[in-house]
Amino acid sequence: MSATIQTLEPAAEQPTRLPPQMTSRLDGELLEVSMGPQHPSTHGVFRMNVALEGEIVRKLKPVFGYLHRNHEKIGENTSYLGSMPYTDRLDYFCSMTNNWAYALSVEKLAGIEVPERAEYLRVILAELTRLQNHASLLGFLLSDMGAWGTPLMYAFREREKILDLFESLSGSRMMCDYMRFGGCRVDAGVDWMKLAKKIVDFFPRFLDEFENLIVENEILIARTQEVGKLSAELAINAGITGPMLRACGVNYDIRKVDGYGFYPRFKFRVPLGEHGDTYDRLMMRVLEMRESIGILKQAFEQIPAGPVMNPKVKIRAFRPPVGEAYGRIEGPKGELGFYLISDGGTNPYRYRVRPPSFINLTVLEDLCLGHTVADVMVILGSVDIVMGEVDR
Amino acid sequence: MESLEQIKARAEAAVPGAKIDIVANPGPSQQSSLLIDNEHAVAVAKLLRDDPALRFDFCSNVTGVDWLDRTVKKTVKVKKVVDGVEKDVDETTEEKLPGYLEAVYHFYSMTHKHGPVIIRMRTADRADGARLSSLTPIYRSAEFQEREIFDLYGVRFDGHPDLRRILMWDEFVDYPMRKDYREPDDYEYEPTPHDDVLEKAKQHYSPRPQLDGAENITAQQQ
Amino acid sequence: MSEIDEGLRSELQRQGIWVTSMQELYNWGRKNSIWPLQFGLACCAIEMIATAASRYDIARFGGEVFRPSPRQADLMIVAGTVTKKMAPQVVRLYNQMPDPKYVISMGACAISGGPFKTGYNVLKGIDRYIPVDVYIPGCPPRPEALLHAFMELQRKIDSQKLTGSEKATHLDSTQPSEFPVPSFGAHDLEPPANPDVFQPPKIERT
Ligand code: SF4
Repeated sequence: MSATIQTLEPAAEQPTRLPPQMTSRLDGELLEVSMGPQHPSTHGVFRMNVALEGEIVRKLKPVFGYLHRNHEKIGENTSYLGSMPYTDRLDYFCSMTNNWAYALSVEKLAGIEVPERAEYLRVILAELTRLQNHASLLGFLLSDMGAWGTPLMYAFREREKILDLFESLSGSRMMCDYMRFGGCRVDAGVDWMKLAKKIVDFFPRFLDEFENLIVENEILIARTQEVGKLSAELAINAGITGPMLRACGVNYDIRKVDGYGFYPRFKFRVPLGEHGDTYDRLMMRVLEMRESIGILKQAFEQIPAGPVMNPKVKIRAFRPPVGEAYGRIEGPKGELGFYLISDGGTNPYRYRVRPPSFINLTVLEDLCLGHTVADVMVILGSVDIVMGEVDR
Repeated sequence: MESLEQIKARAEAAVPGAKIDIVANPGPSQQSSLLIDNEHAVAVAKLLRDDPALRFDFCSNVTGVDWLDRTVKKTVKVKKVVDGVEKDVDETTEEKLPGYLEAVYHFYSMTHKHGPVIIRMRTADRADGARLSSLTPIYRSAEFQEREIFDLYGVRFDGHPDLRRILMWDEFVDYPMRKDYREPDDYEYEPTPHDDVLEKAKQHYSPRPQLDGAENITAQQQ
Repeated sequence: MSEIDEGLRSELQRQGIWVTSMQELYNWGRKNSIWPLQFGLACCAIEMIATAASRYDIARFGGEVFRPSPRQADLMIVAGTVTKKMAPQVVRLYNQMPDPKYVISMGACAISGGPFKTGYNVLKGIDRYIPVDVYIPGCPPRPEALLHAFMELQRKIDSQKLTGSEKATHLDSTQPSEFPVPSFGAHDLEPPANPDVFQPPKIERT
């Protein structure tokens, strides 16, 4: 952290619920602090320029680009298939959902059908991804709050089990590169299904344990309730998606709205928050994990036998017809979309990623104003960002 | 959801003077878009957001696209007198179409759960000061994405509250996502380059060919 | 401080006398309490966290004390893509670390730019600006690979000499311990590489 003292326009009075000695001003002077890009709880190389009055945040400007890896430019110079492994590295917690979003967009662009078993496999893998993403998010969030170590260890214990599943299916723990246009790369065997079922059956026990530890924890409640409140109007206008939007009470889940994949065949509920504060955002993840487990159990029962790849698709020298398509899915972090423009060649003319965590950061300043610096970390943690996706 | 023609008619009725065209999408995705002129874009976007039947209140995605200058060859049959005999002769005319930068917005409705409707805006040319009007006053979600387009494509958005570079550093002068941008040549090449990478590799090693063994670079044997 | 004859040492040990040298004791202490800098750049950082977390448990090797401040760290694990915008910060962090300090370059990106090598904002390897002790290939390297690199580093520390002409670089006052921080230029970083540290590889072609 580097600090400079500057006199700035004092921002409009923000309501706070802090004792007066913490809000006292430093003679109207604002202290400007640069948090990040190397900071233990900015979840990567994120940086914020914060203006503080005492302990209270009066201004906050996020600074991006420390992980700008030119994903879109490289995508324009790579074949359609060649971009698939790059999508793994966007949001490196959820490579499976990234694969799906990209495959879905290309399938829209070229009008490709996906066999039934492949769709089921995609649902299974996406929901497993959601489980491990939300579990590790909770771990990180709690360690930002000072519960250093233990929750993260618990979460990673579960995450490792799911990564083992990914590894035995795709060959890689994190960078799965599993889906293809028109299906999935390999089929999951009987043993894999058995193991997956076992892990999913066990997962609620972890969740119960975790919930017992955190839900009524006094410190957690004090640190999260009424912190970082977001109104539904602002959330919609600012394009917030995913659990963060639903924590404000807006019922918008792309799995229900678009009904992509085979989601209409599954029974699940969309958890909604009431207050839009950090606590709701946190609980949204816990509740969503429970619904994901329900979806997974149904999928294991319903999954039919059959091919996992549409045999008509030409994977090599793949040239979709001229046109454009925008495909989106409900990723664990929000609406993940790919916008592709094809000029009939082997490479996309324009390859654009709609990154949910980048756009969810639009309201970070609104959430943090009037809170203390320590709350900034908690609020940022509850937004759930991954820098690979924010900066691309 | 209303069809694109209906939306177009509705917008033209509500915003007098707006020039709206439908850009057809020939591909199987059938996502056609509306091309809106720069002056009326804000008014049209406001209508899309506030009209009770449309309520496109969620601006999901903002994309910049760079379309280079194109030359289109047209072949026309012309009647000409050749050696005293009238003949049909093919005549090719080359037409230069100027390039432009484009911003594409994808709107959805969270109220009615429909969408997408896609609108596009185009700059006059690809010059450095190319301008568009910003939709950030209508949709907050465009704020960072328009900044990104400014950073990577060099489109200036009029009415944007905070137009600065977002991903690259402030001292940077190029617009790297443009199609004619050349990245700094600062990496080594694999021993078996081919196609356009071979050309690049040869250029890269030309100042010190013996040193790097570049004289031996050949395309991969098939 | 000089080398001890192995035969003599084992003879003494049989008599119940344990002999060591200053150098051995010092290196033994250092290699078993390496404090890495808590600093992740990209995807590889998640594998670094996984290495520190429940299953792989880097604490078995004495490396679990991740320090958020460079002033308290011995080891910088460059885990992930170093972009040009981030490179000055990485070099500055390295400069802020006290001697002796070590660098593990984790993953294809930190070695050479990896899959993102053709990117305009990607630094093609952190060894353009700072010296690297251990490279781990992989995208991302598995936690076992990071543990292996950690053990390699321990081996390196163990073999460092305190005196003589081959003494460790951090004890040699003529060797630099800080390196110039590149600045942001109009098209690229300036300079694009530090010639004292980095020479472009000569490629043998046949
Ligand atoms: S080497 Fe691979 S996994 Fe590691 S940072 Fe680079 S892209 Fe990510």
